[in-house]
Amino acid sequence: MDVELLARIQFAFTIGFHYIYPPLSIGLGLIMVVMEGSFLRTGNKIYETMTRFWTKIFALIFGIGVATGIVMEFEFGTNWATYSKYVGDVFGSALAAEGIFAFALESGFLGVLLFGWNRVTPKVHFIATLGVWLGSMFSAIWIVVANSWQQTPSGYHIVGEGSNARAEITDFWAMVFNPSSVDRILHVWIGALIAGAFLVMSVHAFYILKDRYVELSEKAFKIALVAGAVFSISQLITGHMSSNGVSENQPAKLAAFEGHFNTQQSADMYIFGWVDKEKQAVYGPKIPGGLSYLVHWDFDEPITGLNDFPKDEQPSAVNAVFQFYHLMIALGLFFIALTLFASFLWWRGKLFSFRWLMWIFVFSVILPQLANEFGWFAAEMGRQPWVVYGLLRTSDALSANVNAKQVLFSLIMFTLIYILLFLLFIYLLDRKIKAGPYDESKMEDRPFQRSIVQTQKEI
Amino acid sequence: MIMATLLGMDYPTWWFLVVGALFSGYAILDGFDLGAGAWHVFLKDEKGRRIALNAVGPVWDGNEVWLVIGGGAMFAGFPVLYASLFSGMYIPFMLFLAFLIFRAISIEFRSKEEMKWWRILWDTSYCISSAMLALLLGVVLGNVLNGIAIGPGYEFTGHWFEFLNPFAILVGITTLALFMMHGAIYLAMKTEGKLFAEVTVLLREAIIFFVVCYVIVTIYTLVFIPHLSDSLQKNPELFIVPLLAFLSIANVPRLVSKGRYLMAFIFSSLTVSLLLILVAIELYPVLVISTIDQQYNITIYNAASSDKALGIMLIISAIGAPLVITYTVFVYRTFWGKVKMDETSY
Repeated sequence: MDVELLARIQFAFTIGFHYIYPPLSIGLGLIMVVMEGSFLRTGNKIYETMTRFWTKIFALIFGIGVATGIVMEFEFGTNWATYSKYVGDVFGSALAAEGIFAFALESGFLGVLLFGWNRVTPKVHFIATLGVWLGSMFSAIWIVVANSWQQTPSGYHIVGEGSNARAEITDFWAMVFNPSSVDRILHVWIGALIAGAFLVMSVHAFYILKDRYVELSEKAFKIALVAGAVFSISQLITGHMSSNGVSENQPAKLAAFEGHFNTQQSADMYIFGWVDKEKQAVYGPKIPGGLSYLVHWDFDEPITGLNDFPKDEQPSAVNAVFQFYHLMIALGLFFIALTLFASFLWWRGKLFSFRWLMWIFVFSVILPQLANEFGWFAAEMGRQPWVVYGLLRTSDALSANVNAKQVLFSLIMFTLIYILLFLLFIYLLDRKIKAGPYDESKMEDRPFQRSIVQTQKEI
Repeated sequence: MIMATLLGMDYPTWWFLVVGALFSGYAILDGFDLGAGAWHVFLKDEKGRRIALNAVGPVWDGNEVWLVIGGGAMFAGFPVLYASLFSGMYIPFMLFLAFLIFRAISIEFRSKEEMKWWRILWDTSYCISSAMLALLLGVVLGNVLNGIAIGPGYEFTGHWFEFLNPFAILVGITTLALFMMHGAIYLAMKTEGKLFAEVTVLLREAIIFFVVCYVIVTIYTLVFIPHLSDSLQKNPELFIVPLLAFLSIANVPRLVSKGRYLMAFIFSSLTVSLLLILVAIELYPVLVISTIDQQYNITIYNAASSDKALGIMLIISAIGAPLVITYTVFVYRTFWGKVKMDETSY
């Protein structure tokens, strides 16, 4: 296999695996802030118990997120050296800002969040929880800014020629607020918040089904359901904004999303389908002129098709891009339907009356994860063959001196480590869930600032 | 080319100092937890190991942030250095990542199960990965000091296994020894009773181990790598730095024998900084020496981002640094003193 393909697989694999965790940290962080805030507001111990329970799961998720996150930063240099030289001047500011403003905040307060329960006052602890959550949100801002700059470069100029060419920053704020960053930050944030809400709903639905911690679980489930419903609906809006941005800034990507080949009077929108690139046809149920309508609010307005772009500037895997994009949307619509239906039942006082609904929530935990991954795959494969849109090709971005054998070695290494990591993650997650939140009766003799001597005796 | 300056110093030099300070911070902070980890299997009983793990428990993650920020700062400030060094040192950096992951999961998973084999497995993995991380950091530093085969376009043109050379390995072992001394002092600060007694014995061995390595590496450098003492010979007043480093090292066993572990920790941190300053003095303005031809040396000027980018990032650092320092201090204050185990511990 050639080094470009291997390097792409390695990056996609390592970042795809990493991306299981940060959205959960962001989404769970918000729910924990709400839970702990409720504890401070009401003084009801039950909220403290659920916060502590989720803190333990958060620790597991965050730990793996950090360990797998540093990998990407290194890979820029190890596998994509030409790219690093090309974008460092621009991209570096965003990455440095992420480290200083976001990651330091997040990891700094994490120690207090996890281990500070008996060392700081409840208010200070709440600030630590809030700090960790805000840190994770800020982190997403800078990372998405950096990625969005690659999708829609702005605030830069090109210096040098040929293999010495590189982008230099001219306007920091134009780089930060490049045409796609705001839409995409919102879209990524909300995707993460949905993932967190579904995780919480899944675990508590499981407890309700098993008749364990029912009082606590019903409260926690409702908190997460509010978040899940609000964010699922909002995601429709940010998704629409994002797609509109793509139609303006990356028309070839939009054309690939819908398998739209010929610039014609109107572009259709498919519910689902299969793209035959050879025959330039898509098979599946469609809304005629649907894409034109969503982009221009007019069923007859033409949309630029793939054939209008030079062969070597079209995304190669059109069908894959089409499928990822459509699966993401289908999942998003399902989240809206499910959370609205559950909210309706809640209003009628029957939220926890249907076991099958609880089972659906138990298994739905995987779906926002898939939607997030599919969305990124559509976005990243859809902009090929460019790594920096219109400026630098993926094939030109590699490290000149790293050969296929080296990449194969590291790819196998990461595959083995990540399989192990994932199995351990599932195993420990399962154990934590089975162990459940603290027993309430025990919580009573666990007042804040319990004497250290007593704690040590127990150990 | 006219370069922008701040207080009479050009931006690349400023950024060289920023990156240097970040790596120095990283070496001091992650240095002690890597060092403490490298001692792990030398601690005899299960309870002691658990306390030692919890001595670094609340802070190791925050310490690792310095690596992320340092790496980001290097990428942002000196993209050419970042690209050449990381792609040239592909295998050591990949191994570094693997051990980083293993270390994180060992800390996370070790105390989650009671089975003896489980704890032994993760204790060993934690210990080996901590030691290997220290060693690999030193190996990369050794290669940077010794020079690597950088050719036209600042591309690495050597063979992938060239990173394993005697000098680099020597620097690697010395780094490990330094961190083990630093980590043992930290453990001495954080423990009491039987474990503390155990740690003080290890600390004495660590000091001897480090001093021996330090002497060997110094002699080796003077004999085989003369270019590394060029700038000291040109600027004799800079001899103050190795002199201070020497005094600082000598002060560590003195303070340890008096039982003043906090001061010993401060001086071992100072030692880490002074040794890195020494490295910086020897290299500046070169970042990586090319063993092929002087003209391919990566310097702070040919590797730097534009003045505009460096200026922006100096502002970001000026705003960010006080924030980072504030919550670092807050976290360390919260967990100050001997390790207290509770239900939230690892």
